[in-house]
Amino acid sequence: MIGILDPGPQTTVQDLGRTGQMRYGIPPSGPIDRFAFVVANRLVGNADAAAALECTLLGPRFEVDTPGAIAVTGADMPVSVNGAEGPRWATIALKAGDVVKLGAARTGVRAYVAFSGGLDVPLVLGSRSTYIRGRLGGIDGRALRKGDRLRVFPSDAAGPRRVERRAIPDYSGEPAIRVVLGPQADRFTDAGISALLGGPYEVLPQSDRMGARLRGSRVEHARGHDIISDGIALGSVQVPGDGQPIVLLVDRQSTGGYTKVATVCSCDVGRVGQARPGQSLRFHAVGVAEAHRLLRESDAVLRAAVKEEIA
Amino acid sequence: MEVNTRVRALEFLIQQKGLTGVLETVPTYSSLLVYYDPRAVAYDALCASIAELVPQATTAVLPPSRTVDLPCCYEDPELGVDLAAAARRLGLSTDELVRLHAGAEYLVYFIGFTPGLPYMTGMPERINIPRLDTPRTKTPPGSVGIGGIQCCIYSVESPGGFWILGRTPLALYAPDASEPTLLRPGDRVRFRRIDRAEYDSIGAAVAARTYRPVIS
Repeated sequence: MIGILDPGPQTTVQDLGRTGQMRYGIPPSGPIDRFAFVVANRLVGNADAAAALECTLLGPRFEVDTPGAIAVTGADMPVSVNGAEGPRWATIALKAGDVVKLGAARTGVRAYVAFSGGLDVPLVLGSRSTYIRGRLGGIDGRALRKGDRLRVFPSDAAGPRRVERRAIPDYSGEPAIRVVLGPQADRFTDAGISALLGGPYEVLPQSDRMGARLRGSRVEHARGHDIISDGIALGSVQVPGDGQPIVLLVDRQSTGGYTKVATVCSCDVGRVGQARPGQSLRFHAVGVAEAHRLLRESDAVLRAAVKEEIA
Repeated sequence: MEVNTRVRALEFLIQQKGLTGVLETVPTYSSLLVYYDPRAVAYDALCASIAELVPQATTAVLPPSRTVDLPCCYEDPELGVDLAAAARRLGLSTDELVRLHAGAEYLVYFIGFTPGLPYMTGMPERINIPRLDTPRTKTPPGSVGIGGIQCCIYSVESPGGFWILGRTPLALYAPDASEPTLLRPGDRVRFRRIDRAEYDSIGAAVAARTYRPVIS
């Protein structure tokens, strides 16, 4: 069991998300930064889809009452075990009674804590992911609270693993976000598209798991900003009448009636979600074939990321 | 209506065929969003497979639709907050508006915006009405609204721009249920006028999980 001593502002249970429910208006949820999430699970010997914690800006403090291993990845939150600094992007062995604390993120927004065995919360519509707006999944469909106790599935002790320094993402600076233009790019003026691809766009504090709200040069419409409602993909860049883009993320509405100028490549969605309020990003257009090549490339980076520790 | 039937028929065909790499689909009025894994199928190949199915996408392939009976209380101004204003705007008495609204059969084009929220059509032309000039920030769940040629039912408390004529005591979205959403794309919906007392008693049964919606 894991006892939550201090939950942090928004810590939720996530797995890789629900599939097949968007036609009923229920978003997939799951981690915003899939790369960091999967790496955390691999570091403790879990399947990629095992349930873990997503922490936002400030991490939780928790106590474990059984021995096991954890790994902390994603946003750069300092980790301590019983007050002593612990490694990030590496397996941390814990004994019963250990208290783990994640501090405030120095870079990035979302950190992940995976537990060997994976978190044991009920499957809801095939997933353990929390969808807060819909009060679904995780712990009663909500963020963790002080006093919550989480069960962990039993597991065999995995050997220590770590991620090589060069494979750890840098969440600072001004990330380049690759997008495929469309499906309604024809509803914007050439100047509007140039503005989008000229950047930079600042991330606004109203951003959440539903979408990242951005502010920058106006992405100008050629004709109206309303369309007949259609489906919204992960990473859809929606532009309402004010010309300011919104990148839609894992808790997005399934359909919408605003024009979508582009879609962020799957492999860059996590980078959007890791950009802090006030941080800027820039968009670059690629074709569909290039987007798929980038996806395979990021799969290869993920495969190579986790190494067995050699004593 | 024609286009939406073809959208839903195409979705059904894609499900039946079990096309490699397709993860899930989202039907809307006139388009179908197909999520796929490009590691499992190439974009061009998938587009070609779907294009082959398009000519077959007609009403004929769809399974018979369900009809769902939705009790709705129009008479209480606490629930049908815009009924009187909408009637005035349309030049109808509130009773005529309710009769026209409740007398029609609706088709669920698609579910979207929030979990379980149906976008429906089938309203008599006489009660087509522009959306509210200023959307309200909070609409209670179960609110039955009209705007343009559409009728919708709010599934969770959310902002909204539809004129609220009444409210159903049924839960369009119940996160604790094994099937959290009441309606599905392609369902037919009939509203049944109920008074406040019946609204309250059905509401109590829904809360106690003893109410069974009438679905045929």
